[in-house]
Amino acid sequence: MSNSPANAPVNATGIGASVKRREDFRFLTGQGTYTDDINRPNQTHAYILRSPYAHARINGIDTAAALEAPGVVAVFTGKDIAADKVNGLPCGWLIHSKDGSPMVEPPHPPLVLDKVVHVGDQVAVIIAETCEQAKDAAELVMVDYDELPAVTTSPEALKDGAPLVHDQATGNLCYDWHLGDKAATDAAFAKAAHVTKLDLINNRLVPNAMEPRAAIGEFDRATGDYTLWTTSQNPHVIRLLMGAFVLGIPEHKLRVIAPDVGGGFGSKIYHYAEEAIVTWASRKIGRPIKWVAERSESFVSDAHGRDHVTHAELALDADGKFLGLRVQTLANMGAYLSTFAPSIPTYLYATLLAGQYTTPAIYAEVKAVFTHTVPVDAYRGAGRPEACYLIERIVENAARELGIDKTELRRRNFIPPSAMPYDTPVALQYDCGMFEKCLDQALNLIDYKGFPARKAEAKARGKLRGIGLASYIEACGIAPSNVAGALGARAGLYESGEVRFHPTGSVTVFTGSHSHGQSHETTFAQLVSDRFGIPIENVEIVHGDTSKVPFGMGTYGSRSLAVGGSAISKAMDKVVNKAKKIAAHMLEAAETDIVFEQGKFTVAGTDRSLTIGDVALSAYVPHNFPLDELEPGLDEQAFYDPKNFTYPNGTQIAEVEIDPETGVVRIEKFVAVDDFGRVINPMVVEGQVHGGIVQGIGQALMENCVYDPQTGQLLTGSYMDYCMPRADDVPSFIVQYHEEAPCTHNPLGVKGCGEAGAIGGSATVMNAVVDALADLGIKHLDMPATPLRVWRAIQDASVPLAAE
Amino acid sequence: MTSVSLKVNGKSVTREVEGRTLLVQLLRDHLGLTGTHVGCDTSQCGACVVHVDGESIKSCTMLAVQANGLEVTTIEGLAAADGTLHPMQAAFREHHGLQCGYCTPGMVMSAVDLAKSHEHLDEKTVREGLEGNICRCTGYHNIVKAVLAGAEAMRSQPAQAAAE
Ligand code: FES
Ligand code: FES
Repeated sequence: MSNSPANAPVNATGIGASVKRREDFRFLTGQGTYTDDINRPNQTHAYILRSPYAHARINGIDTAAALEAPGVVAVFTGKDIAADKVNGLPCGWLIHSKDGSPMVEPPHPPLVLDKVVHVGDQVAVIIAETCEQAKDAAELVMVDYDELPAVTTSPEALKDGAPLVHDQATGNLCYDWHLGDKAATDAAFAKAAHVTKLDLINNRLVPNAMEPRAAIGEFDRATGDYTLWTTSQNPHVIRLLMGAFVLGIPEHKLRVIAPDVGGGFGSKIYHYAEEAIVTWASRKIGRPIKWVAERSESFVSDAHGRDHVTHAELALDADGKFLGLRVQTLANMGAYLSTFAPSIPTYLYATLLAGQYTTPAIYAEVKAVFTHTVPVDAYRGAGRPEACYLIERIVENAARELGIDKTELRRRNFIPPSAMPYDTPVALQYDCGMFEKCLDQALNLIDYKGFPARKAEAKARGKLRGIGLASYIEACGIAPSNVAGALGARAGLYESGEVRFHPTGSVTVFTGSHSHGQSHETTFAQLVSDRFGIPIENVEIVHGDTSKVPFGMGTYGSRSLAVGGSAISKAMDKVVNKAKKIAAHMLEAAETDIVFEQGKFTVAGTDRSLTIGDVALSAYVPHNFPLDELEPGLDEQAFYDPKNFTYPNGTQIAEVEIDPETGVVRIEKFVAVDDFGRVINPMVVEGQVHGGIVQGIGQALMENCVYDPQTGQLLTGSYMDYCMPRADDVPSFIVQYHEEAPCTHNPLGVKGCGEAGAIGGSATVMNAVVDALADLGIKHLDMPATPLRVWRAIQDASVPLAAE
Repeated sequence: MTSVSLKVNGKSVTREVEGRTLLVQLLRDHLGLTGTHVGCDTSQCGACVVHVDGESIKSCTMLAVQANGLEVTTIEGLAAADGTLHPMQAAFREHHGLQCGYCTPGMVMSAVDLAKSHEHLDEKTVREGLEGNICRCTGYHNIVKAVLAGAEAMRSQPAQAAAE
């Protein structure tokens, strides 16, 4: 829908065309190659024995019986890992506390030595001829545990006397960080006409990509080379972290391949213990080793998401202008620091607390806390959904308290396009955005004016109808390396791209970005087809193999197109420049007289021209090249490091109906209007938005990761207990976008669209739910708004339903 | 070990399996038909759906030995021999009903059965009919569109739809 005709693509496979996906044929015919589909000659199978306890001391592990079991090849424990001087899993981001001290960074061993700190912690690996034999033998490993008391939530973990997750983390505190101007914020509150306060919990989620994680390690004795196939969003990052930090394998001896990957949503960014275990052990046993997670294992070993406990206060003047925002958040890190965990509740969360508004003073304090739970890291949106949820919930409540229409209050506080570029008080500079435009378009689409009539009609049927919206902004296209580095990132955040013309004019593009649903093989090829004027069939996109692709940072934070696409664009510039030189030589003209348009190099003002295919052939058959001036070949590489984040933004609106008898919330309508800058493939963009919205709805209404507070057992460890959104839980959506505010600082003008739906979705739905319940005096409900929770809130309401 | 003989995608096969071997394991590990996926261990996700004697079934809920003598069609057996997509596969491509592709084989096999077993499909019946298949990527919007279009195409191109 919605693409304005002004942006109609010039060719059927160029920028702006809804090109059907080139990856679909293999997936639709069962010919995808996911990690578990790969089998290596002489392969063995690994099963990881995991801790059944949240917290326990290990007095000893007896593997003798397991070693005797049929088919068993080897059993290794933390002692073997330690004896080989295998290091712990590193953390990629260092946060400093308010007082300047570095965060507490406890070791994270691939196999534990003498203590387990969460259910699912890796205790031993059993390697056998078959997966079943490994699993059977695991039952024979005798682990002598002393169970210890556990703590699962941040507020409990910070209490005096709480069980300690790591001895070195006093009070279970990882860091105590802040951002913003405290004095200015306090001053803003001092002069406020009204203060809205809100306590909220951003519920813990389990990412649940449908493909469970898997890894195959292989060591080649002849060459000394290692290969790891793994379900990763960023194979180079894994090669660096595992090779350099954990196993001490130099990069030229380690190849990491992430083949087809069945969804990631953040959970496949991180370097996980199993990758290191199979790679290390493959050398010990001299055979390839495959490990595949069962879903119940995924629940206790994939990094979780969200899990914030927050107190927020918004100061407003008498006209409803926001004066200040004060936020205190406890962020649960789980038992260890996952790869990017420390950055999520800090630089990807607090920096977004201005939202779309001109709030002049903001002060956020964030304590990161260790608990006896699975590590928490980025999950679709990562920090930004938490920020959006907080802002949009408190703005909604402020509007209700002040009796100002929720759209009007937002309008009064939007940063206008004329104020761009805009420096927020929390360290970001928004380059562009037309916030009111998205709001207006969304209000039209949902017929906001007609809502009171629909509410009255629902009431006549005994139903409670509510409407809620969220105007979100996110920082994507992560990020300038220099900024990230200054903020504690231990990595650069550029992307690589290589564009290789072949002699007969076809092109292979190598990208450091990785596709696991995002459609790179189609959209990146569109960029190339568009730029060079060649058929899309002549373009191949290669990703996911460190032996082929230049060092790249991978896919997360909606960065693939903004950073990875820009790298390809930059490499294409180099190709054109080089090709101009060749064309000038071939056409016997000055290089400055050559113009490149629609796939042709022409001598300006003449009809003498060459296609890029002619130039490519000549580049590889340089029979009469002036070789001291002109190098053969047409193969260029670029690294693109962005100047700034990109800032996708938009408004989502949901209309819900609640059955007060059952507490069931149904979403009746859902619209989203987004600004993603320039759009390459509308079909793909809309698909990304749909998927994100359902993850937002899932968080708002269904999904919740629950630990038993006493024992630390995961109570929602399967699809029987963890409620995944299914087709009949959600409606169809109306999704539109505008392209009037292209990103100002990357060559493509693109912003990124992968996370938007999930960033606004939960706030949108919860605002609608609270709106439906507002007449009962209900001001807030924590997610997920399950039937039980809603029904109970209605029963406990200060204004009884009947009295209405 | 028990011997099990069945027809898979039109070919007769016989394999020795353990009593506990699941149909999905027979397909993936013994026959190399890796198009059928495993997404869970509680028979909840539907990534493993195949057709057994023409009806969709979660192949992780069936023992291989139970398939003895039966006819199984997997996603690999759905398109025509010349590679022409089944109308349901084509509709998924046309309507962008897949992203990472992991749920897709099960989703398509379920959709084909759904289309065959309903005279008339609308959004509601499709959503309810796919309740046993989880997709984490698409938000279902385009899957629903694809299934409605695919069912329609199956009715208008019965020859191709019957190819399986
Ligand atoms: S693998 Fe069969 S239902 Fe999930
Ligand atoms: S397309 Fe990825 S799970 Fe459905």
